[in-house]
Amino acid sequence: MSAVAMTVNGKPVTGDVDPRTLLVQFVRENLRLTGTHVGCDTSQCGACVVHVNGKAVKSCTVFAWQCEGADVVTIEGLAEANGPLHPMQEAFREHHGLQCGYCTPGMIMAAIDIVNRKGNELDEHTIRHELEGNICRCTGYHNIVKAIAAGARAMAK
Amino acid sequence: MYAFKFLRPETVRQAANLLVKHEEAKLLAGGHTLIPTMKLRLAGPPLLVDLSKIEGLSGIEMKGRSLVIGAMTRHNEVATSPVVKENIPALAALAGQIGDPAVRHMGTIGGSIANNDPNADYPAACLGLGATIVTNKRRIKADDFFKGLFETALEPAEIITKVMFPKVNKAAYVKFPNPASRYALVGVFVSKRGSEIRVAVTGAGGNGVFRVTSFEEALKKRFGAKSLEGLSIPADGMGSDIHGSAEYRAHLVGVLARRAVAAATA
Repeated sequence: MSAVAMTVNGKPVTGDVDPRTLLVQFVRENLRLTGTHVGCDTSQCGACVVHVNGKAVKSCTVFAWQCEGADVVTIEGLAEANGPLHPMQEAFREHHGLQCGYCTPGMIMAAIDIVNRKGNELDEHTIRHELEGNICRCTGYHNIVKAIAAGARAMAK
Repeated sequence: MYAFKFLRPETVRQAANLLVKHEEAKLLAGGHTLIPTMKLRLAGPPLLVDLSKIEGLSGIEMKGRSLVIGAMTRHNEVATSPVVKENIPALAALAGQIGDPAVRHMGTIGGSIANNDPNADYPAACLGLGATIVTNKRRIKADDFFKGLFETALEPAEIITKVMFPKVNKAAYVKFPNPASRYALVGVFVSKRGSEIRVAVTGAGGNGVFRVTSFEEALKKRFGAKSLEGLSIPADGMGSDIHGSAEYRAHLVGVLARRAVAAATA
């Protein structure tokens, strides 16, 4: 077992984990933050995307101990409980950017990362291209793309 | 995944010593090939030697006429670097086509080259630009580095520290990505540096990345897409799998080479 310490959603957290523990397992099973999903477990689907030191990563392909000292943000860290949603979350609700909802946490974390890298005015082609690593098995991409364009603009306000 | 231990050395020397002491140990760079491989139990190293705590292994700079990229530099850093975009824009474009955005935040150039996946993009850039791979022990020309499927000239306890790319006059990389994995079904990197012409192909060869000397000879007369018209390579020696037959891959090499030259001369 090995000790890990990091910041998750602004709070310092620690754990004693088997070295095999993936970041997504640490977040879901140790911290009980089950908003981050495991879809494919093979780095392809993007349901497990979280931000590590401000960058989108697939938490199924990073060991928890690699994030020692890191600043991790999960879907739970975007908005206060009972407060207003993050503008990107609100845009997904407004534009019906989800069907079953399984891919949604990863989609939203990836979407915010796109805005951080590409700015607030995103055309459809850019969004679709940037979503290469996020799969929606309901194939609800049309509204996801619309939601991300709107959410990106809302984040500028 | 099989159980393992990990260590996080702070110098390349410490890392190399660990590899000497533990023969079965594996280096961990970005982990985006190694971790999935460990999950499948195709690899079961008892010890991972993590390179992320070693200072100076990451970064991008021009040194004379060479673009120098540290081994732990992430794909996204290469793709967005103003230095790379200004000096070898084809290399920035190649890095921006690897995997997807989240993968590019973790994957490293050194990891990609050391792994030498036959469908990876960076080996084509190294061979196609005539790069020099610098290790803790020596400098290795790209022409001598890639030795076949997942095989390189790296010796036990040898660690890539940086890659040096000579600045070229013209270069372009065109790939036909596998629609699921984004690996290159076939990718062709072409470059012109003075009279030196290189055409390097990834994804197609049954034995990994290779140069197409017949195309290079044709391009020496005139570096234009027309010089390659009617030229093809034999299907013999090409890889073949559910994604594409050897004949199809050989055909793509010709098509993508012409497109790459056209892009390089546009």
